[in-house]
Amino acid sequence: MVWRIDVFSKEDKNLKDLAYQIKEYLYLERLPSLELRKIYLIEGDFDRSTVEKIASLLLIDRITETYTIANCLFKDKPQDNEIIITYHPGVCDEVAISLNKALQDLNIKTKNTRTARFYKFPDLKREDILSLAPRLLYNPLIEHLVEYEQFKNLDTLDSFLGKEYEFNLKVINILDMNDEELEKVSKENFLSLNLDEMKVIKDYFKNLERNPTDCELETIAQTWSEHCAHKTFRGIIEYEERDRNYNLLKKQRIDNLLKSTVMKATYQINSCECVSVFEDNAGIVNFNQTFNLCFKIETHNHPSSLEPYGGSSTGIGGVIRDILGTGRCAKPVASIDVFCFAPWQISYQDLPKGVLHPKRIIKGVVKGVRDYGNKMGIPTIGGAVIFDERFLGNPLVYCGTLGLIPKEKSFKEVKPGDLIILCGAKTGRDGIHGATFSSTELAEDTVSLRSAVQIGNPIEEKKLMEALLRARDKDLFSAITDCGAGGLSSAVSELSKEWGAKVYLDRVPLKYRGLTYTEIWISESQERMVIFTQKEKLKELKEVFDREEVELTVIGEVTSDRKLTLFYQDKKVCQLDMDFLFRIPRFKKKAVWIKREEKDVKLKEKLDYAQDLKQLLASLNVSPKDWIVTEYDHEVQGASVVKPILNQEKFAVSDASVIRPDLESEECVAVGLGINPFYSDIDPYWMAALSIDEAIRNVICVGGKLKKISLLDNFSWGSPNDERILAGLVRASFACYDFAVKFSTPFISGKDSLFNEYLVGNKRISIPGTLLISAVSIISDWRRILKNYFKNSGNLIYIVGATYPELGASEYFRNLKIEGGCIPKVRDYAKEIFLRVSQAIEKDLVESCHDCSEGGLGVAISEMCIGGNKGASIFLKEVPHSIGMLSYEILFSESPTRFIVEVRRDKRESFQKVMQGVPLGLIGCTSSEERIIFYNINGKEIINISVDEAREAWLSTFKEFR
Amino acid sequence: MRPKVLILRTAGTNCDKETEFAFRLAGADTYLYHINRVKEEKNITSYQILCLPGGFSYGDNLGAGKIFSLEILLWFKEEIEKFLSKGGLILGICNGFQILLKSGILPHLDFRQKATLTFNDSGRFEDRWVYLKVTSSSAVSLWFKDLPPLITLPVAHGEGKFYADSSTLKEIEDNNQVVLRYVDKSGKLAPYPYNPNGSLNGIAGISDSTGRVLGLMPHPERFLFPHHHPHWEKDTTYPFGRKIFENVVNYFSHG
Repeated sequence: MVWRIDVFSKEDKNLKDLAYQIKEYLYLERLPSLELRKIYLIEGDFDRSTVEKIASLLLIDRITETYTIANCLFKDKPQDNEIIITYHPGVCDEVAISLNKALQDLNIKTKNTRTARFYKFPDLKREDILSLAPRLLYNPLIEHLVEYEQFKNLDTLDSFLGKEYEFNLKVINILDMNDEELEKVSKENFLSLNLDEMKVIKDYFKNLERNPTDCELETIAQTWSEHCAHKTFRGIIEYEERDRNYNLLKKQRIDNLLKSTVMKATYQINSCECVSVFEDNAGIVNFNQTFNLCFKIETHNHPSSLEPYGGSSTGIGGVIRDILGTGRCAKPVASIDVFCFAPWQISYQDLPKGVLHPKRIIKGVVKGVRDYGNKMGIPTIGGAVIFDERFLGNPLVYCGTLGLIPKEKSFKEVKPGDLIILCGAKTGRDGIHGATFSSTELAEDTVSLRSAVQIGNPIEEKKLMEALLRARDKDLFSAITDCGAGGLSSAVSELSKEWGAKVYLDRVPLKYRGLTYTEIWISESQERMVIFTQKEKLKELKEVFDREEVELTVIGEVTSDRKLTLFYQDKKVCQLDMDFLFRIPRFKKKAVWIKREEKDVKLKEKLDYAQDLKQLLASLNVSPKDWIVTEYDHEVQGASVVKPILNQEKFAVSDASVIRPDLESEECVAVGLGINPFYSDIDPYWMAALSIDEAIRNVICVGGKLKKISLLDNFSWGSPNDERILAGLVRASFACYDFAVKFSTPFISGKDSLFNEYLVGNKRISIPGTLLISAVSIISDWRRILKNYFKNSGNLIYIVGATYPELGASEYFRNLKIEGGCIPKVRDYAKEIFLRVSQAIEKDLVESCHDCSEGGLGVAISEMCIGGNKGASIFLKEVPHSIGMLSYEILFSESPTRFIVEVRRDKRESFQKVMQGVPLGLIGCTSSEERIIFYNINGKEIINISVDEAREAWLSTFKEFR
Repeated sequence: MRPKVLILRTAGTNCDKETEFAFRLAGADTYLYHINRVKEEKNITSYQILCLPGGFSYGDNLGAGKIFSLEILLWFKEEIEKFLSKGGLILGICNGFQILLKSGILPHLDFRQKATLTFNDSGRFEDRWVYLKVTSSSAVSLWFKDLPPLITLPVAHGEGKFYADSSTLKEIEDNNQVVLRYVDKSGKLAPYPYNPNGSLNGIAGISDSTGRVLGLMPHPERFLFPHHHPHWEKDTTYPFGRKIFENVVNYFSHG
């Protein structure tokens, strides 16, 4: 029998936010009233008194909630203003899983449990409810309405668990296919393989004198997908530079972009801090005597555009597993998240078809990271948010995690005879074709690709993490990797590619019935890991996992035949040579860069720039995102040293976040980010250089040192099939090489996400080329760490670094909608500046330090005043700048490698001595009078505002999110 | 005597390691065990301190601390009664406080839920530092000895609004069981964000009538070093949280 329990809140639940959204969506005059209930459906052979017990003991908070019980799903036809929403069969229902655990504790046997949500809108019409529901209440990709007609006679929840699967080997006859048919097979099966690749496959099977099974084709498609194989970066690119009239200026053949730029820089620098780079699931560097540090950042852009909550939560869940899968299992210690969104003020009417409203994307993405990160107990210590219209249909979601690993466990070991073990959650149909899906652009109809969307269950992963770390400490496994894109297929074949493997797919524990052998093999169900161990360790390993209530299954073993062989019920369903599988075809692509002349733009000088400064402080990319940071548990694990944002008494946004992940030692890790896609519109080369400079600046500010800095590169780009877009990618990579080498800061890990574009009607919209550079620096003692706001009044304010008229794509010009202008450039003295600033900090000559970035000097000084509740008087005349610059240029230029440094008067000489030889200006002093005052070159006052005024402007933008 | 601390964890507990570190730093012997192990061993009475750390036990999926509190009722009722009658101390932090209330160990040990910690008025999870007034109660001389009347600690929760009906609330107040209240910088009750969740009477922590069972939403284990504070100065910031753990350990070492 199916029992239905409705849980009501006695108190007025906080549903205002939803009511506001409905009011906005339906253009109502006042807030609609609404009621929300939780519904539990429990199937089992028990009577009402047992259900009463379940409800009163488990399902309600006795103080604030009450319940009703019914012995069917629908007693009567529901009213027109009521709807019930539930997950699609197979979508992870986290609450139901926990409920089952509790019922087990109570020794109550149930057949099935499900949850649903009930909404009632007393003042709304049915048609309005049906129109708003999929936009505001649920996502049709993972949930549906429970319709009365369909379910009125429901007497079992069994149908939600799928039908039994009967084995049936599928062979695809490609040997007889012509080109057109080969392409069709690829397309119809979502293989994302092009004709050339299909032909290579055909030749391989021709030699074997047989046709492939569906499973073999899928395995190849997963392994060769752009997502897993990075075919663009590893392929051959014919790069050309041309002038405006298309005359050829330069031609270059690039054989493997990755190896000839990013990786080349690392090998050339050959830093002794690097332990493992570009090999494992994350880059590994030295941390302290006991531990190494690993760092990895992933993107989860496409899934987040379709289901923001699920997309970002599985993004963070996935990168956490990358860290768990590094070496012989690292412990995640912190996460960072960077988002690129479209501005949220767009009306629902103006939204292109198939695109979710930015507000929903923003809230969903933030919630996803919040719930997953918080429940994992991994602090989310920082991030960035960038706004641009082009991210409307394709937001960017970067998720990164840092981990600590005992030094002696930094490398894996795989040997023939090792058992292959799948552990963690059960396998369902989740995310099938995720890897191949992210390798194509989004079209309006991608929403039909249902199975690519999934949501995560953080508690499952938390349990898995605890079990793995305990097993690691007892040396119970010798290799580990995560089940991410491509599922078991990628995990098993990647780990065993040097030897070979056989796997018995019918042993894999399933969430529900009906999965085919191929679906089991390529499922991207979350919260699973693959470990390799030896037979004699299995028993103890199982004991550890049992205590944590985590499932573990031996699914196969490592062989020495260099073949990947899969069985289902003892029948062979796949056999591929590892050599063939990993001989990924390389293709030639063309890239053409059209060189543009930079044109300086001069505006008319004004007498007062107070308004301009306030507008900049309020701009989307400058105004603080404290409303996101407070939702993240950024202090769990008790390691916090510099928090991302301060909002008690003092209000400040930190340049870099700092943690002390091993409380037994004094060492800290600082993480700084550099991202500015707007510069890509002028030249991706300088965009990349500026991002590197910015990321490094940020960690230098808190006390980082160049020789202790490592970098991560994460590219999100448009289609590499467009030769101009590809040329941008090439140029950005060139800059990565040039500047990593210049600063001797190696790249230790990176990732690319291509095809970030979407169709609106027939128009293709591509995101601006976006490179996220993350800098991580080890700092030897937390006591050396600096803040970035003014500490005391009466101190001297210096600027280090010179200012040029570089306002192209700057925050100031973009606010004024001015195109053109010169792009900022990283100059040769940059390295010297980094070294000197670090030296001054090390010698304790600096009270506070902040870099100039978006909004230039004007914004940097204001932020330091706001944070410290101090005033400042600044003389632009004293700022080292090129001849003939106007006031607004000195104020708002975004020339890189500039630091604002607060120095005590008695340390003036020592400080200046350290800085000898780099551009330096003593530009003013701090004061207890809380006013921000700027004087122009002629000594005339051009800005005079109170710190409160500046703070108010700065905080004005995201009011509705707080 | 160095007290033995049992730190009880389960699926989703996530402040266990730093809480263990805090007790060790203060000089206690710590035992961080999974609830399944303690269920088998049934020896809570061999410890002096039982600590329920913060986190999201079982994902808080049926309400914060709900399943954990059920397990306490099912498996450890008698153990806990014995443990307390032998003079043991219980500390519940955040999720641990939620569990103490929902299992009816607080406000009185009768295993009946009288009060709750429900969803924040803001409707979302919040991590922020708060000012706390240490009120005079029997628990203070034990846990908050030598601390000033106004301290700061961080909170981080989505369900932290203390709520009870008016008679229960009056009883708790009249019995001097309120130990910590959210206040502003001047020590007065104040609205959001000073009261981060809308708790009645600004209640951030309560004890039982003996003062030996303490539940609080703020995280003392997140303020063990100066650098934990948002505006720390290396020489002048005093880590209030650390003192709380030291007090508990001293209670046994000197008591």
